[in-house]
Amino acid sequence: MNGPLRRLAGVVAVLFASLLASTTWVQFVDADSLDEQPTNSRTLYKEFGRERGPLLVGNSTPIAESVPVDDQYKYLRRYPGNQAYSHITGFYSIVFGPTGMERAAGDLLSGTSDQLFYRRIGDLLTGEEPKGASVELTIDPKAQSAAWKALGDRRGAVVALDPRTGAVIAMVSKPAYDPNALASHDRAEVIAARKKLLADPTRPLEDRAIASRLYPPGSVFKLVTAAAALSDGRWNPQSVLPGPAELDLPQTTVTLPNYSGGSCGVGDKVTLTDALRISCNTAFGYLGLQLGPGALAEQAQKFGFGQKLRIPLEATASTFPANANQPSTAQAAIGQYDVRVTPLQVAMVSAGIANGGVVMRPNLVKTVRSGQDLKVIDSPEPERLSEAVSSEVAAQLRSMMLEVVRNGTGTRAQIPGVEVAGKSGTAQQGEAGPPHAWFTAFAPADDPQVAVAAVIEDGGGLGDEASGGRLAAPVVQKVIRAVLDK
Amino acid sequence: MAVVTPITPRTGRNVEAVLIAVAVALAIGAWAMVGLAVDGRLPAGMVGYGGGFGLLVLCLHLMLRWRAPYADPTLLPMATAINGIGLVVIHRLDRAEERSFGESLASRQIVWTALGIAAAIVVVLLLRDHRVLSRYTYVAMVAGLLLLLLPLFPIIGKNINGARIWIGLGPLSFQPGEIAKITLTIFFAGYLVTARDSLSLVGRKILFIQFPRGRDLGPILVAWLASLGVLVFERDLGTSLLFFGLFVALLYVATERTSWVILGLGLFSGGAFTAWTLFGHVQARVDAWLHPLDPVIYNRPFGNSQQLVQGLYGMASGGLLGTGLGEGRPDIVPYAESDFIVASIGEELGLTGLFALLLLYGLIVERGMRTAIGVRDGFGKLLAGGLSFSMALQCFVVAGGVTRVIPLTGLTMPFLAYGGSSLVSNWMIIGLLLRISDSARRPPAEPAPAPPSSDDLTTDMPAATDDGDGHDGDGDGVSPSEDQTVVVRP
Repeated sequence: MNGPLRRLAGVVAVLFASLLASTTWVQFVDADSLDEQPTNSRTLYKEFGRERGPLLVGNSTPIAESVPVDDQYKYLRRYPGNQAYSHITGFYSIVFGPTGMERAAGDLLSGTSDQLFYRRIGDLLTGEEPKGASVELTIDPKAQSAAWKALGDRRGAVVALDPRTGAVIAMVSKPAYDPNALASHDRAEVIAARKKLLADPTRPLEDRAIASRLYPPGSVFKLVTAAAALSDGRWNPQSVLPGPAELDLPQTTVTLPNYSGGSCGVGDKVTLTDALRISCNTAFGYLGLQLGPGALAEQAQKFGFGQKLRIPLEATASTFPANANQPSTAQAAIGQYDVRVTPLQVAMVSAGIANGGVVMRPNLVKTVRSGQDLKVIDSPEPERLSEAVSSEVAAQLRSMMLEVVRNGTGTRAQIPGVEVAGKSGTAQQGEAGPPHAWFTAFAPADDPQVAVAAVIEDGGGLGDEASGGRLAAPVVQKVIRAVLDK
Repeated sequence: MAVVTPITPRTGRNVEAVLIAVAVALAIGAWAMVGLAVDGRLPAGMVGYGGGFGLLVLCLHLMLRWRAPYADPTLLPMATAINGIGLVVIHRLDRAEERSFGESLASRQIVWTALGIAAAIVVVLLLRDHRVLSRYTYVAMVAGLLLLLLPLFPIIGKNINGARIWIGLGPLSFQPGEIAKITLTIFFAGYLVTARDSLSLVGRKILFIQFPRGRDLGPILVAWLASLGVLVFERDLGTSLLFFGLFVALLYVATERTSWVILGLGLFSGGAFTAWTLFGHVQARVDAWLHPLDPVIYNRPFGNSQQLVQGLYGMASGGLLGTGLGEGRPDIVPYAESDFIVASIGEELGLTGLFALLLLYGLIVERGMRTAIGVRDGFGKLLAGGLSFSMALQCFVVAGGVTRVIPLTGLTMPFLAYGGSSLVSNWMIIGLLLRISDSARRPPAEPAPAPPSSDDLTTDMPAATDDGDGHDGDGDGVSPSEDQTVVVRP
């Protein structure tokens, strides 16, 4: 009987081998896909059960942090920055998952990022409780708070960049929300809070600064048109352009009028510098017709249009209409028609000009430190995104923008003792409502440290009286002052 | 032919004592980990309970020194290790569910552990020679069938989670099928050792394989029908599979005819297919096995795959090294302490821990098989082989069900899962294997003072001559008539 017993022992070996294989499959090969199943609550418990790293601004001021609580999730996420930082931090919800930086830097904060691999091995060996990395942001709390206050109760957004590095110094979107309510461990409370926010017609969950909604830029786009014209070689800042009260658009009966309704200069003539200074629509419409849609689109692209950026928050790509016909091109050249931008993109245009024509890749992360020893794991180097214009053209544009603030549409952006270069915009929405007020600027003009863009939606309560120079320029000015400490 | 190499007999009892200390230390260490993880300090009573557990095992160890000195020295430590880990995991789940001492499952499991080890001690003490059991072949059959049928009787039979395999006596409930596993193995071994000649007679030859005569098919058909009966009336897939698999395996070992295996697999496939077409609960199990993540199957009110899927999630979250004892959430899985204790261990001790555990089971089974090969009488071979194989099959059915090798059925993991009947019956199996291994490893008697008899031919065969024997190896040295003889040792 020993022969069959040996074979039976062989069968037993096969049975156990199949169990070793199946457990390997479940716990190793298929484990990641099982972890990601929507019905898997463990992944959530596990993530919550670990001490998540904080998001920090300035001198290690937390805007998101984990505090121990006595429930099944072990840690509660709190947002001491409240509403002012809500679109940056996002929220970490047990029901809806993470948003904002909580999502974009989720791997680092939870400690599961591959960048933390060796540290995790270390934790394993020392038996130390794994802790997420802390992520320090580039945001300057003073600038953030200035932008938050300057917008007041008006809907809109502000983005401030360091033109030399692309670091995001301030980023505000209004209206905002309280992320603490959405990070609660009471499911019903979370669901109710989110439902209320979704039902709010002012859309507080949308991050107007970089995503989810695009605005017509209006006259701030003239910076792009001017850049294209100066780069083209046919024009310089002193070139004289036609500046009638209305520009006849080819192929249509429609005309392109000036904002003021009048002519831009004596004899309907105006220099390029003056055209930018007083924001002459007809002169820029003319330039658009001369340059054609291709050249404008190309210039826009060099400033970053059409690129979906991760800063690491996901920024929507700004768009310049493809295949615009001639009349549309004239309208696009003054930032109307189908040109759509984010405030981030407008700030990037200013920043590119400020930085001698080179646009730096916008970035929110300053340093990532390990949760245990606070050693720096990563601090992203500034990275060039593109060369939008030559340094000569950038210098010409800077002089022209200085004129806008000195004695043009942007006088409200002036700061005593600081040379500010800027451009206003008033984006008409036609029947849809009062115009959006825009302003973008950088300062100091000779040694730029900050580039800002601000938009105030739907005239900010001033109706059709609203203009970029009047509404948005003071907001930009306050942010610049906060950054420069003036 | 086999080469006979003289081997100095070693009892291995000292090795066993060391291994027992390791096994008990493992359990105490695991318990300490749970305490540190859950409360941040070492559990109170660690020394007391751990020492008590060690003392129980020590009793069995001393009994072996006294009554079965040549018993296999690895079986007891391995069973001790698994039982200890099981106690710790059940205790850990008690903590997660915040059960009070009164309702704690671990404290009951400790009582059952004591009873189980006591049962093993009794087996080793009272059963001086396993061949005595072959006298009770038909008593064992009647007892086995009765135990299997008990849950079907009104009043005492209890229907728990759709399976009618429990009996209730006051507050206690018991799964008689677990004990039936032993009595039926005794019956199978006793019956087959006498019937093997007629069952292995030449029959018709179909495609190079000898098939038995029609009238010899009786026993396998009876076993098949009984298994189907268990499946249909008690709705217990696992037990049904276990008994039929065990019977076919022993039939093969006894007759050395592959045709029985083919017949058995054929009958099994036919039965399984019929059950699948006829019974909704079988279909539900199969669906949940094949498509556990399908939202429809996951969410349906009856026969859903939630337990299976949550178990898989638990194991997946454990990964290679596990969360650590007390650090995971095994309590999310329903019946984490019984049916799904494998998933609990996979989650907290990781793939590494689960491998170690499965290897322990594998080693117990293979040591049992080795005992079967080494023992000289046919009944002992069949009994040891059957008991070991039933344990292997049970592990496979449980762990295979949890990890989706086969559809999920309701058996318990030996020594590990919460449940008194299973624990006691498995300790009895260890007691039997220890007893049989003692006679398998016992060196041949010194030149016998007793008058020479035909028995000496068998008893003098060295235990270690099993290498290289062919299909008809030393098993042929034991004829059915000799198996009936009870050898009285000096």
